[in-house]
Amino acid sequence: MSDAILRIENVHTDIAQYHILHGVDLQVPRGAVTMLLGRNGVGKTTTLRTIIGHWPAREGRIVFDGDDITALKTSERARAGIGYVPEDMGIFSDLTVEENMVLAAASGPLDTGRRDRIFEAFPPLRTFWRSPAGTLSGGQKQMLSIARAMAEERRLFLIDEPTKGLAPAIVSTMAGALRDLKRQGASILLVEQNFAVAKALGDFAAVMDDGRIVWAGEMEQLATDAGLQERLMGLSMEAG
Amino acid sequence: MSAAPDHRPRMADLPLGERIAKAMPVLLVPILLVLGFLAIGNPSSWLTLTVSGLAMGMMIFIMASGLTLVFGLMDVINFGHGAFISVGAFVGISVVLALAEWAQAPSLLLNLGVVLLAVLAAMAITGMLGWAFERVIVKPVYGAHLKQILVTVGGLIVIEQLIHVIWGPDEIFFARPEMLKGAVTFWGAALEKYRLLAVAIGLVLFVVMRLVFRRTRIGLIVRAGVENGEMVEALGYRLRLVFIGVFIAGSALAGLGGVMWGLYQEVITAGMGEEMMILVFIVVIIGGLGSVEGAFIGALLVGLLQNYIAFLEPKLALISNIALLTAILMWRPQGMMPVVKAK
Repeated sequence: MSDAILRIENVHTDIAQYHILHGVDLQVPRGAVTMLLGRNGVGKTTTLRTIIGHWPAREGRIVFDGDDITALKTSERARAGIGYVPEDMGIFSDLTVEENMVLAAASGPLDTGRRDRIFEAFPPLRTFWRSPAGTLSGGQKQMLSIARAMAEERRLFLIDEPTKGLAPAIVSTMAGALRDLKRQGASILLVEQNFAVAKALGDFAAVMDDGRIVWAGEMEQLATDAGLQERLMGLSMEAG
Repeated sequence: MSAAPDHRPRMADLPLGERIAKAMPVLLVPILLVLGFLAIGNPSSWLTLTVSGLAMGMMIFIMASGLTLVFGLMDVINFGHGAFISVGAFVGISVVLALAEWAQAPSLLLNLGVVLLAVLAAMAITGMLGWAFERVIVKPVYGAHLKQILVTVGGLIVIEQLIHVIWGPDEIFFARPEMLKGAVTFWGAALEKYRLLAVAIGLVLFVVMRLVFRRTRIGLIVRAGVENGEMVEALGYRLRLVFIGVFIAGSALAGLGGVMWGLYQEVITAGMGEEMMILVFIVVIIGGLGSVEGAFIGALLVGLLQNYIAFLEPKLALISNIALLTAILMWRPQGMMPVVKAK
């Protein structure tokens, strides 16, 4: 993978007294969707939070588009072009959908072009534009969360379990929106437990266990190799 | 916000019970006004006490609004806030005493000019003091509540002692500017002029704060930051700068409250801020952490209740606010309109 937009080299992360990431090595290719897979508690969310800077890497290096961002603050990483959609969606319940989006457009006013792009991807947001975000359904909140990350031009999206707990119809809308993002050439690192969605969206995959990447390669290889799936994903599904 | 679509979306209406429950904190003030009227009986006494209660509430709100934002946005328990109230009062009253000729002139313009200069000086000094306090005392203990209590109480004591060093250990008595003395009569009720001014300033400040929070990007950042600071940073904003700005603004508001409280009492002491902190904390807690609206309603409830009870049953006045705090927390354990949940 010579043209990686993100390279993580031997990253170790501690949360309080716990050593969670034990030397993660990962490359995210430019313009592709990389799925980060593994059972619960192996460090997928910690990896994303370390990349965005919510938790500092104790050791190792994070290189984004050729620049070492390991020492940068979260806001500097975001301004460098990394969009983050957390597992809990992180929407501001007290603010309206419009206010959430205005805030997400950090570089300036939310112009019509950007707004229309959001409405095209997520029509329900138009309907509930002036409603408090806290009153949205789970699926609508997830749409808002992804839409917010799309409000600015991002070179890399970090998305944590976007289909978790959603109804099948909403999962399909969400998958469609992510497919659109992919078509537009976005680079995405996506944590996903739903293997069907992972197969449909992923170009590449990396599987984590015990705070490390234990396998990385093309998604197609993982999707078509039953033995590999059983070895890696069987472990995942049983425990997850 | 120019990005609104050209149609008006609708959501299903909440059931009546839920709507009433949601609006109940706002309804508490009119309910208390009516109960006060029924209990007091005499309309002119009720009006005098109501204006007095509203004035007291507004001044407490001014002092509490900064603290609730600092609490909500920065998760900082700042007992040093009381020091900013005292310093604001001493700086402001020093200006009033220095401009005694203006203050004692029978000219409303000159008198209000003195008050304005006193307020600006107090807010400037307490704002700067707040900046230094945040950098030296608070910054090293972010995220550690017990340490925050210890060091901010320490900071409070140090600043109080500095007041003794600069202004002397004695309390300072003074007279309000000439045109703010006395009362006007309205429907047979004597309404102190200064209390009316305090109500007006409090209302203007509340409206301005609401406009800033609802209509400006910095207001959105603060509201969002109170709810989820990490996410605000992940959107590209430097929350640390917002933290500092809010701390400075909160300290300056405490200074403003200190000047107003000093002019109200016509005496200032180094410990006045510390004494006010009990009421300020009650207002922040019953209002709900991080909520300016909640602090506003809470402050009005505290001010009105204290004045009504002091008239009806003076012996109970001292415990009326503790009783209010207890009742509100039994009804809503997180306060009336919490923006952040107590941990």
